[in-house]
Amino acid sequence: MNAASSKSKKQLRKIALVGNPNSGKSTLFNLLTGLNQKVGNFPGVTVEKKTGKCQLDNEEIEIIDLPGTYSLHPKSIDEEVTLSVVCDPANKYYPDITIIVADASNLKRNLLLCTQVIDLKRPCILALNMMDLVRENKIEINTALLSQELGIPIIAMNARNNEGIKELKNLLKENIAAPNKCFFDVATLNINFLQELKGLIKVENNYLAHLIFLHHHAIPSIEHNNEITERIKLVSKNEKIDKGRLQAQETIIRYKNINSIIQTCVVDERKIKADKLTQKLDAILTHKVWGFASFLALLFLIFQFIFSFSAYPMEWIEQGFALLSDAVKNHFPKGAVNDLVTEGIISGLGGIFVFIPQIAFLFAFIAILEDTGYMARVSFILDRIMRKFGLNGRSVIPLISGAACAVPAVMSTRTISNWKERIITILVIPLISCSARLPVYTLIIALVIPQKKLWGLINYQGLVLFSLYLIGFSAAIFSAYIFKMILKSKERSYFIMEMPVYRAPRWGTVVLTMIEKIKVFLFDVGKVIISISIVLWVLSSYAPGNRFEKIEKKYENSDNAENIIASEKLEASYAGIFGKAIEPVIKPLGFDWKIGIALITSFAAREVFVGTMATIYSVGTDDESSLRQKMQQDKNQNGEKIYTLATGVSLLLFYVFAMQCMSTIAVVYRESGHWKWPLIQFLYMGALAYFSSLIAYQLLA
Amino acid sequence: MPKLNTLRNGQKSVITDISENDLSLKLLDMGCMPGEEIIMIGQAPLGDPIMFQLGGYLLSLRKEEAENIQVEIVN
Repeated sequence: MNAASSKSKKQLRKIALVGNPNSGKSTLFNLLTGLNQKVGNFPGVTVEKKTGKCQLDNEEIEIIDLPGTYSLHPKSIDEEVTLSVVCDPANKYYPDITIIVADASNLKRNLLLCTQVIDLKRPCILALNMMDLVRENKIEINTALLSQELGIPIIAMNARNNEGIKELKNLLKENIAAPNKCFFDVATLNINFLQELKGLIKVENNYLAHLIFLHHHAIPSIEHNNEITERIKLVSKNEKIDKGRLQAQETIIRYKNINSIIQTCVVDERKIKADKLTQKLDAILTHKVWGFASFLALLFLIFQFIFSFSAYPMEWIEQGFALLSDAVKNHFPKGAVNDLVTEGIISGLGGIFVFIPQIAFLFAFIAILEDTGYMARVSFILDRIMRKFGLNGRSVIPLISGAACAVPAVMSTRTISNWKERIITILVIPLISCSARLPVYTLIIALVIPQKKLWGLINYQGLVLFSLYLIGFSAAIFSAYIFKMILKSKERSYFIMEMPVYRAPRWGTVVLTMIEKIKVFLFDVGKVIISISIVLWVLSSYAPGNRFEKIEKKYENSDNAENIIASEKLEASYAGIFGKAIEPVIKPLGFDWKIGIALITSFAAREVFVGTMATIYSVGTDDESSLRQKMQQDKNQNGEKIYTLATGVSLLLFYVFAMQCMSTIAVVYRESGHWKWPLIQFLYMGALAYFSSLIAYQLLA
Repeated sequence: MPKLNTLRNGQKSVITDISENDLSLKLLDMGCMPGEEIIMIGQAPLGDPIMFQLGGYLLSLRKEEAENIQVEIVN
């Protein structure tokens, strides 16, 4: 710790947020940091790490939001991360102050973690959140007395409407003393080794030493020290340490102490402790019939909404980029640079920006479902079905998140503690249509499905989009069932889960999530798309030898041959050569060599398809009609339209099933720890894609 | 002693014993321990999992998990 204080004064004070799931930790984090936050991963593990800066009068502090947990004794990898930060002075994020966020309407259970953190005897604050629920339910909490009993400062707050945030910030400016109360005396466990261990790891605090003794594998700086870990393992074995029993003893003693605190500080005279609104909503939303019906209806509505409402802003963006490209083309000197900018970069950028409305809507809906508490009910009502297919109720949230992006979805499977259920969930997630497929779907649906309404009400295009998601989902469930039969495991599966009370969504959180996801899409995904657009432009603008000259010579004397020249040039270019090379394989699916190029580039990321098409189709043409129109008009050598219903459906199915995403492959490797799993995934999805497209095209053509 | 999974809708009970296995620690962390009052609130559409009111919050358990928890029914 001396090392930290002797470093430059510029080092920001670090504040960690810990708390139970559903305690409103993330809301508080958003309030403290606003747009000033960064989402990344903890080093070595793919647990999401959220950090941000917060300005107090003339000091900037760093806030870190740790994974939610009920106890400092970790039961999952997420929870291990929380332990590794608050229990390791060598950790980069080891906090100067820990804020324990607690749901005040559910104080007893929240105080378990709170007393554990207090026993570490480092400066900490209890943020008693959700005071509105407390008042609503006429519970009385004597916060002054509670603060005295716990020996730490308390801020009563309701993060949902900013209540208490000012007081919390003011408190953070002050010097907070380390607590000296103790709620569980490790000495009662009679582990003689702890004194020796304290010397070995240079730790003063008994409870900290105890936690490190039990969970050394979760703390990298200890785990990397072979001498210490060997010693801990040896002692654990020789003294027949039963970790489970020790934890149980501790928890029971803590709850005993917490009960006596609650008795003096809290008056709760409710006869029925249930939230009335939640009871009423659950009666419908988890009902035998209405439960499923409302879930399906909600999903259907969301997809209709995404499709119809994002159509307008998408059109504006498309037109805007067409105008921009036109302006640049005409106002700057002609040449290769001009072409690269207008045909490579601007059309590539347009291909990315156009999907912002849909991504924004999709993530907004997911955020709303999470924030209202409905997402937990989705797990609840579907657990039974999921189990039949080798999945878990907890697989539902990763699967639904998969509709946004498979990468965070695969990462979120960490809450599934059963290995087999988790690996199956990971294997099938990429079959759920992600937002990267949405651009492809949108473009192709617009090409081959008429803009009409069924019974003047249901948008056909929206209906097709909905079916694509449904096909993806069914394929995921079906594949899971097959994997359930193949994979063997004896580990127990469980579903012990808290159901949060229903609450109105906070629009601030929804907007922040939207902005965060758009940022990730634009910068992380956009980078890939732009680079591929440029590479593609080069590949399609140059050809080996003097092929281009020959074509130009051929049409030297004919007028109005520009379009023919352009298309012949593309065919002769490097890109054309690649496309042609794979054409024999994809021809039975109804794909030409242009689609072939896009399929190849799509293996970097699916949404590249659109950028590729934009680049291919804008090469050598001067008219600025949109990509959709250009593709619609495209004909093969026999003068037949390329984008017929058969080709369109075949292409859509290919994109529903195929594993075309390098990032997903990478994250699956990281999460499963073996190349075997991404390879299996790539192969079974590829086979599914090829054969379904083949069948669809042969039937429809 | 009846088991938790045999409770009817709305029935109130007090936990008397939890059989020890890898799940009991998780239950303990969440405040599910002997002496606590637990009320059955409802079931998922297919009858499983089951939702309970435990202290100030709602807890969802599968039938097979609730089977490990022995209770005394309170009238």
